Amino acid sequence: MSLREAFRVAIKALVGNRLRSALTTLGVLIGVLSVVLLVAIGQGAREEITGAIEGLGSNLLFVLPGDGDFGSAPTRSQFTIEDVEAIDRDLPGASNRVAGSVVGGEPLQADGQRIATTINGVTASYLGVVTRDVARGQPFGESDVATSRRVALLGASVAEELFPGTDPIGRTVTIGSIRFRVVGVMERVGGAAFGPDRDREVYIPVTAAQRLFATGRIDAIFVRATSTETVGEDRATVERVLEQRLVSDEFSVLSQDDIIGVVGDILQILTLVLAAIAGISLLVGGVGVSNIMLVSVSERTREIGLRKALGARTRDITRQFLLEAMVLTALGGTIGLLGGIGLAQVVAEFLPIPARVTTWSVLLALGVSIGVGLVFGVLPARRAGRLDPVAALRHD
Amino acid sequence: MSATAPVPTLLEAIDVTRTYTLGRDVQVPALRGVTFRVDHGDSVAIIGSSGSGKSTLLNLLGALDRPTTGEVLYDGRDVQDRSDAELAQLRNQRIGFVFQSFHLLPRLTAVDNVVLPLVYRPGSARDRRERAIAALESVGLGDRLDHRPTELSGGQQQRVAMARALVTEPALILADEPTGNLDTTTGDEIMSLLEQLHQERGTALVVITHEAEIAERADRRIELRDGVIVGGDLDMVEAGST
Repeated sequence: MSLREAFRVAIKALVGNRLRSALTTLGVLIGVLSVVLLVAIGQGAREEITGAIEGLGSNLLFVLPGDGDFGSAPTRSQFTIEDVEAIDRDLPGASNRVAGSVVGGEPLQADGQRIATTINGVTASYLGVVTRDVARGQPFGESDVATSRRVALLGASVAEELFPGTDPIGRTVTIGSIRFRVVGVMERVGGAAFGPDRDREVYIPVTAAQRLFATGRIDAIFVRATSTETVGEDRATVERVLEQRLVSDEFSVLSQDDIIGVVGDILQILTLVLAAIAGISLLVGGVGVSNIMLVSVSERTREIGLRKALGARTRDITRQFLLEAMVLTALGGTIGLLGGIGLAQVVAEFLPIPARVTTWSVLLALGVSIGVGLVFGVLPARRAGRLDPVAALRHD
Repeated sequence: MSATAPVPTLLEAIDVTRTYTLGRDVQVPALRGVTFRVDHGDSVAIIGSSGSGKSTLLNLLGALDRPTTGEVLYDGRDVQDRSDAELAQLRNQRIGFVFQSFHLLPRLTAVDNVVLPLVYRPGSARDRRERAIAALESVGLGDRLDHRPTELSGGQQQRVAMARALVTEPALILADEPTGNLDTTTGDEIMSLLEQLHQERGTALVVITHEAEIAERADRRIELRDGVIVGGDLDMVEAGST
């Protein structure tokens, strides 16, 4: 029997049992749909986060406590504002390329409202180094930091929630039990489904924050290189200065690429885990195909016997049933794929989760679904092909 | 065919036995040494009651099964020497089956049922369909081409099955109780049609039956009882002399 003829017979048999074919297809459909959708979400999250890191600029260096290995115990920071100043002195070219920050989670109060924010105590150079802009009002300057002045810059969301419809500049907010005067509102950053929401941050002078948190340390140092080419030079300078100044050398200097590498690896693993979980449902769908094909073979035993009596060879019968299984799974795979792509768009539209359908997940889902048909169709198809025509004809 | 022309042998069974093994070690001999032959253009009735071994013999003659011992020669070549695929080809090209219960596929129309054996040989779909229509016309069903089996009477269904048997232009039509599921009148029509095909086309006809009246209509009779031939016209001399 020609392949075309076998294909025709397979389609006819499947159409003849519409409901059953549809339900069997549904198993594979759901499997493929979840693979495509979950991989799209994982991939979207990865692109979003690496994009956010890239948004910081490729010539930014992060100096963090600890040896920087993923999974090692957190180290208490030894950095001080003096370290920031020392680095600033030794870096070539214009100053204000180094910033320091200390971070805390004190609640913020104003007008009887109380909201959770991230308090960022930063040096005056900070906004320039991480390239953030003030939308209204003025950033604080060196003198404000030197005098630990109690002034605050509010993130866009914080300003909206605490002072809806009014100008927050000049108003007072309470952090812990200390009152700060609002001097400016930050430009909205937007779109943070993962990681810290930068619009919910509040910036105050690092010295005021140290007093608030009762610490003499700072948590992180940021260095902006004048160009991508000089990142390496600057990294060497930072390392030399800190090695001289710190008792132990527990710090690491990370470039944007280093961070993207680490974070990207983690998210890639996350994506693969999601794909594997979805793959299990595809497997279950495959078992369903196998099951229903066995039922079909048993129901059509007389037909198989007749076809054999009329001249069908073992391999004609096997091919016919294998094709049926593959048509079922390929159909489920195609619809599941389209559904997965559609659902990914819906998710991206209505939820703060980005979704990105990748070519590899599409090809994988289609390949796997046809493969599932092949693997799970082989057993029933071989059973059909091996039926003894005499017994099969007499079957009822 | 003239009496002097050599009549080549189509099929020969030589001391054929067939033993079924039931369970672990229960041996049931269904055929215990059967020898006879069928020539081209022959007309033979195999008669016997149920349990006589005639179904077993039908399976062996139809190349659906292999004997336990002995030889079944088709065109001079033993089925034991042929692979399963070769036996499938032999059934497809040399044998047309007509079953008691018709064995039509309920989902398919009359034409598609008749086309069935042709899909296992090369040829275009259009050519297959044309041959199937011609076969249906020759059994008087030219106006029932697109009917499904459930829309046809028993006699009509058996005619479709006959069209399916003859569409491949076989050397032998093997009919297993072809009238068993039909009333006497319809059964008579079916037998007449089988005989007509046999005479017009020179196709050998082997009818397996338990009814003496049906067996009487064949040129030769072979009677089976308990797996052995107990009577009938084994000799070719009597062929055509009824």
